[in-house]
Amino acid sequence: MRVLGIESSCDDTAAAVYDSAGGLLSNVVASQVAVHEAYGGVVPELASREHIRSIVPVVEQALARAKTDRDDVDGVAVTAGPGLIGSLLVGLCFAKSLAFARGRPIAGVDHLEAHLFAILLERCVEFPYVALLVSGGHTSLFRVEGFDAVRLLGGTRDDAAGEAFDKAAKRLGLGYPGGVAIDNLARQGDPSRFAFPRAWLSKDSPDFSFSGLKTSLRTFLSSAEGRAFRVEDVAASFQEAVVEVLVGKTLSAAAREGIPRIVLAGGVAANSRLRDRMEAEGSRAGVEVFLPSRALCTDNAAMVAFLGERRLSAGRSDGLDLNAYAASRFSR
Amino acid sequence: MSRISIDLRSDSEGETIDIARALGAVLVPGDVVALEGELGAGKTVFCKGVGESLGVSPERIVSPTFTIVTEHEGALPLYHVDLYRLSSEWEAACIGLEEILNGEGVCLVEWPEVIVSLLPKHCIKVRFLFLEPDGRSLNITAEDTPRMRGFLFRCKPYLPGG
Repeated sequence: MRVLGIESSCDDTAAAVYDSAGGLLSNVVASQVAVHEAYGGVVPELASREHIRSIVPVVEQALARAKTDRDDVDGVAVTAGPGLIGSLLVGLCFAKSLAFARGRPIAGVDHLEAHLFAILLERCVEFPYVALLVSGGHTSLFRVEGFDAVRLLGGTRDDAAGEAFDKAAKRLGLGYPGGVAIDNLARQGDPSRFAFPRAWLSKDSPDFSFSGLKTSLRTFLSSAEGRAFRVEDVAASFQEAVVEVLVGKTLSAAAREGIPRIVLAGGVAANSRLRDRMEAEGSRAGVEVFLPSRALCTDNAAMVAFLGERRLSAGRSDGLDLNAYAASRFSR
Repeated sequence: MSRISIDLRSDSEGETIDIARALGAVLVPGDVVALEGELGAGKTVFCKGVGESLGVSPERIVSPTFTIVTEHEGALPLYHVDLYRLSSEWEAACIGLEEILNGEGVCLVEWPEVIVSLLPKHCIKVRFLFLEPDGRSLNITAEDTPRMRGFLFRCKPYLPGG
C-alpha cells in the first residue's frame, strides 16, 4: 500500500510518500523547497495562508520524487492535531478533498504520536520503549508499548525545552530560532563555567519545568558576573542545565519502567549535546539509545505517512467528517 | 468609560496565582486580558490562576509560545494566546486573532505589544515588573466597573504596604 502523508500543524508544510513494501519514497518540507523564493523570499512562517500557497507544490514534489502518479496513491494520511487550527485545516482539507475525489481511504494522525514512531522509519526498535519527545512546543516522556498503546509518563509544567533554548538565544542576542545557534556556540564554550539551576522537581518526578531556568538567566545577565561573560560559556552552561535534566529524567523513567530502550523524538532531539550525553549515559546505564536522523527529528510528513500506512493497512480509516483539533490526547 | 489603575505586589508564585484567581472570578465572555512583562516575569503563572477560576486544571496551562493559541474548555472558552513569535499585526490577522479577540470566550494574551491596535478598548492590562530580590509588581488597568472594583477589593492584601 502506498500512502501520501501531509503535515501542516505548525510552521512547515510537508508531504511524503511511504510504501508498505518499498519504505519511505520521498520526504519534502516546504522550508527546504524553492517555493518560498517564488513568492518573494521572506515569508511569514506562521500564516496558514502560506500553507495554502505551499501545499500543492509540496505534494506534487513529494509525488514526483516518489515517482508516483496521483492515481497510484492508495491512501492519504494527514496530521489532524495538535496545532494551530488554521494551519491544520489547510492540510486536512487538502487531504480530505484528495481522498474524496480519488475514492481513497484517509487516516487522521496525531502529530505527537507520529513523532514517537518516527524512529521506526530508520531503525528496528523492540517494544516497549521509553520515548522523550522534546521540541519547541513539547517536552514529554512516554511509555510506548506498541502502535496503539502509548502512555504519557510526564511532561513540562510550563515551558518546553526548545522554547527555553529559543528564549535564551533571543536574550543573548542570537536571534530566532535559537536552538541551533546555542548548540553551535556551546561547542566553543565551557558547560561548567556557570551553574544554572537544574529543575529536578520532586524526587522521581517525570515532569519538567524550564521556566525558572529562564528567570535565572535573566538574573544572571543583569548581575556583575553576567556583564563580563563570554557568550559561548553562557550558551554551553545554559544548554548543559537543560540537557542534564532531560537525560537524567529520561534515564530515571527507563529505570522505573524497567525498559532498557530509549528513543528520542522532536526537534530538540537534533541537539548535539543532548544526543552525545544521552548516548554516553545510556550506555553506562546499560540502556540502548535510538536517535533519529535530523530530518526525522524536526516536523516532517514521513512519520505521518508511516503511521497512516500502519492504520490504513489494518483497514482502519477515518470518515470525511475528520476534523482538526488543537489539543492532543497525548498531552495533559 | 474611565479606567482605573492599581499596583499590586506579589512575593511568590503562589501570590501571583492568588491575584490571578481573583481576576478570573470576575471575568465574563468577551474579556481580553493583555499580559506584558519580560521573560520569566510570571505571565504564564498568572494564566494558570485565571484558568483555575474558570475550571481549567493549572497543569493543562503551559506556555503556548510554540502553538501561539491554546484553547481550553472551562466554564467559559479560554483562549491562551502568546504572540512572542509574531512580528506584525498582519501575521496576527493571518492566524485569525481578531476573531478570537472579539469572540465569546475569555482571552489571555501574552506578549500583546505587537497587536496593540487590535486590542479592544475594554481590554484589561496587567504589566509585570521585577522587584528585587524575588518579587513582582503587577500594574493592572481596566475599565472602572463594579466587577473590577470587586476584584480590586479582593486584592487588598497585595497593595504595597497593605
